[in-house]
Order: sequence, then C-alpha cells, then structure tokens
Amino acid sequence: MPTYTAPLKDMQFVIRELAGLDEIAALPGCAEVSADLVDAVLGEAAKFAQEVLDPLNCSGDKQGARLAGGKVIAPDGFALAYKQFVAAGWNGLSGQTAFGGQGLPHSVALPVQEMWSSANMAFCLCPMLTAGVLEAVGHHGSAAQQKTFLPKLTSGEWTGTMNLTEPQAGSDLSAVRASAVPEGDHYRIRGTKIFITWGEHEMARNIVHLVLARTPDAPEGVKGISLFIVPKFLVNADGSLGERNEVKCVSIEHKLGIHASPTCVLAYGDDKGAIGYLVGAENRGLEYMFTMMNHARLGVGMEGVALAERACQFALDYAKTRVQGREIGQRSGDRVTIIHHPDVRRMLMSMRAQTEAMRALAYVAAAALDKSKLHPDEKQRRRQQALVDLLTPIVKGWCTEQAVEIASTGIQVHGGMGFIEETGAAQILRDARITTIYEGTTGIQANDLIGRKVAFEQGATAKAVIAQMRGVVGDLDQQPTLATMRTALVAGVTALETATDWLVATFPAKPAMATAAAVPYLKLFGTVAGGWQMARAALVAQKQLAAGQGDAGFYRAKIASALFYAGHILPQASALGHTVINGSASTLALDVADF
Amino acid sequence: MKVLVTAKRVIDPYVKVRVKSDGSGVETANIKMTMNPFCEIAVEQAVRMKEAGVVSEIVVVSIGAQQCQETLRTAMAMGADRGILVETADEVQPLAVAKALKAIVDKEQPKLVIMGKQAIDDDCNQSGQMLAALLGWPQAAFISNIAVNGDGAEVTREIDGGLEKLSIRLPAVVTTDLRLNEPRYVTLPNIMKAKKKPLEIIKPDALGVDMSPRLTTLKVQEPAKRGAGVKVADVKELVSKLKNEARVI
Repeated sequence: MPTYTAPLKDMQFVIRELAGLDEIAALPGCAEVSADLVDAVLGEAAKFAQEVLDPLNCSGDKQGARLAGGKVIAPDGFALAYKQFVAAGWNGLSGQTAFGGQGLPHSVALPVQEMWSSANMAFCLCPMLTAGVLEAVGHHGSAAQQKTFLPKLTSGEWTGTMNLTEPQAGSDLSAVRASAVPEGDHYRIRGTKIFITWGEHEMARNIVHLVLARTPDAPEGVKGISLFIVPKFLVNADGSLGERNEVKCVSIEHKLGIHASPTCVLAYGDDKGAIGYLVGAENRGLEYMFTMMNHARLGVGMEGVALAERACQFALDYAKTRVQGREIGQRSGDRVTIIHHPDVRRMLMSMRAQTEAMRALAYVAAAALDKSKLHPDEKQRRRQQALVDLLTPIVKGWCTEQAVEIASTGIQVHGGMGFIEETGAAQILRDARITTIYEGTTGIQANDLIGRKVAFEQGATAKAVIAQMRGVVGDLDQQPTLATMRTALVAGVTALETATDWLVATFPAKPAMATAAAVPYLKLFGTVAGGWQMARAALVAQKQLAAGQGDAGFYRAKIASALFYAGHILPQASALGHTVINGSASTLALDVADF
Repeated sequence: MKVLVTAKRVIDPYVKVRVKSDGSGVETANIKMTMNPFCEIAVEQAVRMKEAGVVSEIVVVSIGAQQCQETLRTAMAMGADRGILVETADEVQPLAVAKALKAIVDKEQPKLVIMGKQAIDDDCNQSGQMLAALLGWPQAAFISNIAVNGDGAEVTREIDGGLEKLSIRLPAVVTTDLRLNEPRYVTLPNIMKAKKKPLEIIKPDALGVDMSPRLTTLKVQEPAKRGAGVKVADVKELVSKLKNEARVI
C-alpha cells in the first residue's frame, strides 16, 4: 500500500498566492505568521502525519474501536499516537494563548488539519471535536469554566465531544428531549445522545462533553435548548479529577467507514442525573453552537479535500506501477504502466484538478474566516464575514460531495484491485462517505446557502463574489495560452449569475421550487468557484513562468490542471445552471402519495 | 559545558535524486531539502545531554546557502540554543568545512563537538575527523553511546565486526552513528520559540577561511540500470557465474 506524502508544495502555493498569507500576517495578532514559520509548521506536521498517523490508518480501519465492559478501546497504536500528538503540542495549534495554545490563525490550522485528515481521518476527529469544545467554551463559557476546562483541553490532556443528536432529533434539533434540572450551582442532566464521535475512550484522562438539553420551563422548539458542560470525571476545586459522572457509553455503532473512531451512544443520568454546568444563559444553546459552525463546517469540507488528496496519491501510485497492455496504437513492444492509457490519465487529471480547486477554495474560505475575526477595519470584517458565511456551505457541501466522487474514481483507477480492501482505495471511499452527512448534510448546506446566504440578502454577497470572478476573467484577457480557461469561466460565471437571479426571484414566492434546486445550485457555485480559483492559480503560474521564477515544473503542472478543469469540470456549470432554473418542477411533479 | 553541533542541509532522503542533464551534479533546485539525518542524531544527542544537566549551552552550526537558516531553525526547535550560519554559495567540501568549524570552535570554545558521521548527499565521512586533526583534539567517530564524566567521556564506537569502547579526554570531536538515539518530533511550541532564538550569519572571509573547493567533479552519472535476473539450474552453475561473470568470488 502506498504511503501518504503531504502535498506541501501545493499547500504552500495556495496559502501564499491564493489565500494571501501576507494579508493574514498583517492582521493584528498574526505578526508571527511569516512564510518561514508556516513552512516550518507545515513541514513538521507533515512529518508527524506521515510517520505517526498514516501507518495507523489502515490497521485502525481493520481493527476498529471496540466496546468492552463499558470501556471503549481504540485500535492498537492510537493511544500512543495520541500521546505523541499531545506531547508535540499539535492540539494547541489554534487554541488561545491565554490557555496555553499557540493562537495560530485558521489559515494555518486548516491546512494542518488537512494533513491529519489525509493521514488518518478517524484519528483526527478526536482533536477536531476537542477544538469545537474549545471554541464554544472559549466564546461563551464563564471565566471559571474557562479556567477549569480550557488549559487541559488546549493541551489535549482532556478531549471534548459534541452531544447534539438524539434518536428523534437529527437534522431537526428542535426535537431535542434531554433534560436539565437545576440543582444548586449545577444541573442534573438526563437523556440519551447518539452519534457521539469519540464519546468514550481511554486515550485521555478526562472527556468534556458539551450537551444540548432542555430546562424544565424551556419554550418548545429551538428557542428552548440550553448548552451544558458535562465532564466524564467531575473536576475538584484544585483541578484534580473527582468522582465519575453519570454518563456512560452503552454501545458503539457499526459503520460504513471511520471504523477507528468510536461513534457512541451516551446515556446521561440513569440514577440521580449527570452533573452539568450551564454554558452562558439558558435557552441560547443552539445560538452558541452556531458561533462555531463556520469553523466546524469548513473543517469537514477540509476532510473532503484531505480524502480526495489521499485518493489521488493512491490512484497515482497504482497507475505508475501497474503494468497492463501496450501503449495505444502499438501492437508489439513492452507492456506499459496503466498511466500511459488515455482514460487512466483522464481519471487522474480529473481527480487532481478537482482536488486542487477544492483545496484552493477551502483555504481561501479559511483566510476569510480569519479576516472576519481579526481585521482592524469593521467594514472589512463585515464583508469578510459575509464572504465566509457564503463560502462555508459551499466548501462543506461541494468539497465533500466531490471527495466521494473522487474516491470512487480512485477505485476505478485501481480496476478490480480497487474493490479489494488491501489496496486501501476502498477505505478512502468508505471514510469519505460520512463527510457529506455529518455537520449538516449536503441538503442542509444547500438550504442554508440559498436561504440565509443568498435569497435573504438578495444575492448581495454572491453578486460581489461573481464580480470578483469577472475581474479574473478580465485578467485572463491578456493570456492567450489560457484562452480555454477564459471561455469556460465566462460561461460558468454567467450560468451562476443567471441561477442566482432566478433563486433571488423565486425563493420568496415559491420556496419549495427554490429549495428543490438548492443542491444543484450549491454544486454550480462550487464548480464555478473552483474554476475561479484555478484560473487565479493559472494566472500566478503563468506570471512566474514568464518571469523565470520558482519551480517551473510545478507551475506548468498547475496550468495543466487548470486547463483540464476548464475543459472537463467547468462546462458542467452550464448544465447545473439549466437544472437550477428548469429542474424543480420535475423534482416535485410526482406527488408524495404516488411514490 | 558548552557543546557545538553541526547540521548540514541535504536533499530529503525520501526524494528520488536526479542527475543534472549536463552531468555536473545532482538536481537540487525546487527539491525538498531537510537536515542530514546523522546531524539530526547529533542535535538530538546534545539536547538529551542538556536535558540530563550535562550540557549548559548548545550552539548549532550550518555551512552553506542562505536557506540553511531553515535547517538551523529546525535544530533550534529541537532544542539548540543558538545558531551560526557560515554562508557561502560555493560547494562545501570536507576540508573547507573542517577549517570553518575550527575557526568557530576557536571562538566559541566548546568542550565537545558532535557531528553526524557523514552527510547523506556526498557520503564523505571526513569532516569530523579532519576537524579533530586541525584542532589537535581526540576524536571518536561512529559513536552509538556517550557518557560524559568530568573531563572525559566514555564512548562506544560502531566498528566493523563489533563495538569498541573508548575513554576520551575532553575537549573532543565525536561523530554519530544511527543507533546513538532516535531524534524526537519537533513540538509546535518549540517551532514558535525557535523563531526567536539568535541566529548569527558569518561569511567565510570574516572567519579568515578560504572555502573554495579543492576537488573538481568531473562527471556525475546515474548508476547503471539493473538488468533482468536469470534462473540457474544448480549450485554449480551459480558458483561458476559468480566466479566468471560477476567476478565476486
């Protein structure tokens, strides 16, 4: 089986040239984020991902997490790897410096997360969930809660979980039933939570659960949900660990993928009730969850990028070593590796071009997230906030949907061997399959996109992005070698603009028609935004080549990827645009009763 | 005591090395570079000795292009206290390295110099020995263990056919073999701290050293491609082939 090698060159290229590292470094509090620091961080993270996490990916998938006597046992090697992860300080990458973190921006943290996820997504989920708790408590917890929980969550000595889902409350959290009854300075929590990633394990000394529950007099629906900290072990006043709280793992799920990550059913309070501490004010739990949603969703989008990258590497390795058939048109002579066959090349190029486009869009969104939080100018902050709000569902929805397709193409490159687990290609598809579902399904992302992000503001931010895309079209005017990119981008942007106008006009009057077109619109936006970034990348590459600077081989390959994207991926935009505008009637034509 | 360690910037050992089309050397432009693995072991050893309280200060030296600063930052992230770059665009050859290091040793006065036994790019395995000779210091190359006691050190050397234990007087030059230790993963907080550690850049002229190459590379070429194997009928044929064709016995 091939091993994962972090694509450092492309990552550095995107961070510097497309996401704009200079602008990030100019933000208050980011003075340290220089190119050489980023290189050093990425380089060492790559080493850790390649040497510690990647070797456990396949074995972890095969062995899976197990539940024995109420304890969840992670696959062999995971506990040691986690210990090394914590010892190397990676858990604190983006944590607040006040609690021992390094305070590095998302523009650095998300690329690092890409490497963890490529190397071993099941492992990476554990620190990702901890990061979610850090952010929620960091924003909304009391000073005392922060002092008690954040230092150890930042270091990774303790891990965190998110407890939202219940059997009857999945995408619709208004149906949450877990209860929280006040008792002195705390609450007693009762209820069952499902799908809790790394909800129980022995890799860390304590687990801090964030739990959504209802207080006795809470109003119905989403406005009556509060957020609680429920530690696995109660924490004494001196910070030492006390009694075991009333939360236990009653089962773990048997899943299609991410086998090494235990997905737990957690039972809270089967006697007196688990002790929980209210975060912020009552009934505002969901609102608090939303503050970290962009980050969490970008993180899952990044998993899509990460698995697509892994799929590319595995497929390429196989295509370069598997000998089968002769060069097309040759009847005699040596047999060749399958990368010589045009259709295999097509598959490899399609995987590569899309993965590069996805990475570029995700990093650009991460940079917008940083600017939305840190930019000194309030107007800029608001503009960047609107941009990251718009891009987040696209990165989450589009990158993960494409990742599934890319992982599937990766199997196709392997032929029959791809269907056999030992090549590792199948695991990538199985692992990728969850990414379009958790943290909001593609449908939820698309609804968020067309409703809150596009229609409610009459497409203002979408139009601003489209204007930026047209600016890139202008830059392409002077580049005859990129003419096919220009043509494809113009067609794509036009399709996107027309579809956006249709959505803005249709949504208020016919919300069902608009919503039926939501996912095609999300895919349209992703496809065109990916083309926009590939065009930018090609322009930079062209400029560097003309100046005779840098790695000519890399830039030529970048232009080849961009032109493939223009020839094969971007043209899909017109078809998607057609579907958005004309497809909804047929979607809704068949009555529910007639299905 | 003060320790001086050296760190050479080399092509990453996992990169497939390509010979330049004109045969003048190997391609290094736009190739991933890293710290020579034997130098990593040297840095790791110094850091362990500091953690054990034997060493008080670690100075790391690199010689070469401006980009060697990255290598020095890595060494400082591992735990070295400060870095010195002897910046030169010339090809660095062992004698020049030894002379430059001697000048730095004269200035820094370390009690121990730890170097990698060789660099994985040219595999010379000479700089440490030459440095010891220029300084007139004891040397112990290829060590797999070292224990400092007062003014001396007990070292174990890896030699053909076994291990050799020696007592050496300090100051001395030692070079590291693979089994001396396993270098640590650099931690994120230490990467951040390394940025703030002092890094001095010196030109060879300032050291009064002539670093110009003394050896001329005539030609670099790839090793001959390995041909297909053959099946032999019996041991007799094998022996005959080894004797007459391969000429190895």
